[in-house]
Amino acid sequence: MILSVDELQFFYQNKEILDDIAFSISEGEIVAILGPNGVGKTTLLKCLNRILTPKQGAITVDGENLSSLELMEVARRIGYVPQRVETGRLTAFDAVLLGRRPHIGWDISEKDLRIVDAAFQRFAINHLRLSYLDEMSGGELQMIAIARAFVQEPKILLFDEPTSSLDLRNQVAILSTIREIVSQHRIAAVMTMHDLNTALRYADRFILLKDRTIHVCGDRSVITAGEIEAVYGVPVVIGEISGVPCVIPTCLCRPECEEEEICTEMEASTHVRYPRSSEDKPRVGRVSGL
Amino acid sequence: MHFECGTLPHDYLRYTYRKWLWILGGIVALFALLIISISVGAVAISPYEVLMTLLGQNVSTKWDAIIWNIRLPQALTAIVAGVGLSVAGVAMQSILRNPLASPFTLGISNAGAFGAAIAVVVLGTGRMTSTIASAITINNPYLTTTVAFIFCLLATGVILLISKIRGASPEVMILAGVALSSLFTAGTMFLQYFSDDAQLAAVVFWAFGDVGRASWQSLTLMAAIVAIACIYFIANRWNYNAIDAGDETAKGLGVNVERLRNIGMIVAALVTAVIVSFLGVIGFVGLVCPHMVRRIIGDEQRFLIPGSMVMGGILLLASDTVARIIVAPYVLPVAVLTAFMGAPVFLYLLLRGYRR
Repeated sequence: MILSVDELQFFYQNKEILDDIAFSISEGEIVAILGPNGVGKTTLLKCLNRILTPKQGAITVDGENLSSLELMEVARRIGYVPQRVETGRLTAFDAVLLGRRPHIGWDISEKDLRIVDAAFQRFAINHLRLSYLDEMSGGELQMIAIARAFVQEPKILLFDEPTSSLDLRNQVAILSTIREIVSQHRIAAVMTMHDLNTALRYADRFILLKDRTIHVCGDRSVITAGEIEAVYGVPVVIGEISGVPCVIPTCLCRPECEEEEICTEMEASTHVRYPRSSEDKPRVGRVSGL
Repeated sequence: MHFECGTLPHDYLRYTYRKWLWILGGIVALFALLIISISVGAVAISPYEVLMTLLGQNVSTKWDAIIWNIRLPQALTAIVAGVGLSVAGVAMQSILRNPLASPFTLGISNAGAFGAAIAVVVLGTGRMTSTIASAITINNPYLTTTVAFIFCLLATGVILLISKIRGASPEVMILAGVALSSLFTAGTMFLQYFSDDAQLAAVVFWAFGDVGRASWQSLTLMAAIVAIACIYFIANRWNYNAIDAGDETAKGLGVNVERLRNIGMIVAALVTAVIVSFLGVIGFVGLVCPHMVRRIIGDEQRFLIPGSMVMGGILLLASDTVARIIVAPYVLPVAVLTAFMGAPVFLYLLLRGYRR
């Protein structure tokens, strides 16, 4: 058990955002936090390394209680990769070197330079070493941010929407890299995600959030069509294409539909009317391309 | 331990040596400029004689008096103020995450000017004896400086209090600074409106920053505070790199972002307050020097902070030197020249873009 969270509760000002969150993660696992927008996925992620301070609850990393550690100590155990990577007029090498911050005293040592150098080889981004961040693409920046979190030498890596702004090629590259480093180095990764298909493909375990708390939590078997509909309010089918699990929404919400109906086009564009209760509004806008 | 097999990155190390070379070059240039600055003026002294006098050789008693009592303190004041304003500027730009931030963003200079105006108009510390600027005297400079300093600290305290209540976010700090600036400007205008000619002249005269006002005593005090600030900012260079990478990244790297913002702001405000209260308002240096250095050696704070310090010293000393000779025998306040000299260089750097 590398990370365990118990009875975590988070308030923003006086509003309860998360309540009664409890789960644990083992070495070599990738955990996906799923749920609709605004449910508190990112908040939960940020509570895990004290970017946000939970109101109550215990988080332990390798048996150590996180709240008893200095922030710098936390950073030696948990690395964080934000959704948006800031650029500036500095080289990729400088940017990754910054990941050694939790280990640096007055100045960097030869060891820090060697570790960063090896990270550039490991992530196959050696050609970017002396390129400036403000001249890089989104995929390259994301890779730099992951390398930066990795040279922190953490036991756990947190990712906030690691692939949300990336093209298909970069999505695959980034997630495969995360998969590899997690297995190879026996660390753990927690990532918030929107894309259920990507999550199903790369994560080992899943946390579905709904109404400020964990709706279900477990391995691949907990992600069923029923649970997804319960959390997102959208009917889906889960199929498999060439052995890859695939979540397909079975509704097509279109502007011409009336307020109180959801149309389905599963069967040759026959409109089927679904009654819809007021609490169970679908949160997706338009699903196109079906 | 994940990787210990890496090799030393010689390409990157060469790249960093180039940056240090730039900074070293700047220090050499600053020293050369110091000699030149001391040698020019109403009485020309040859640079060689300046160097000999500074090294303790007794070249001429007259030169000794001019150099040690007048020109050296003025030149060193220019360097100290330039270094201080520039390092405060680079810190504020990082703390407030805003390229337009400068030591004056928090309204400190306007607070100082208002304090000086109160001293002159209400407490009667200023008078004018004739129509040329040099004859305007602040007849109680200590009181004027003290009141100006108190108001600088007051402005800092208010911003600190607001950021304590509302969280130390860049937006809160900038907006509070803008509000205070306007408030103190309005206060100064109010006092000016009801002051007589002599007081008005003294208030305006005070507001023109001038490094010629400093004595060895005030220079020592300024130098001590600027030195402490420089050490603080250099010691925190990695933390400033971290907040440049975004607040979340910084927190993920173990940096206490709020505390860093608050302490950094206090240090920058203190430096600005000391310089403004002794010398008056010297704009532009704190804003433009960090950007000049960014264009030359980039945004990495390890090089940017020392680079900005050197550039600040060079710009203010060069401005003061030119201010002393451009319309001789009259001596312009340096604040007029900083903008004159800084703006074209800055525009040129903007047009040229970054160097690789």
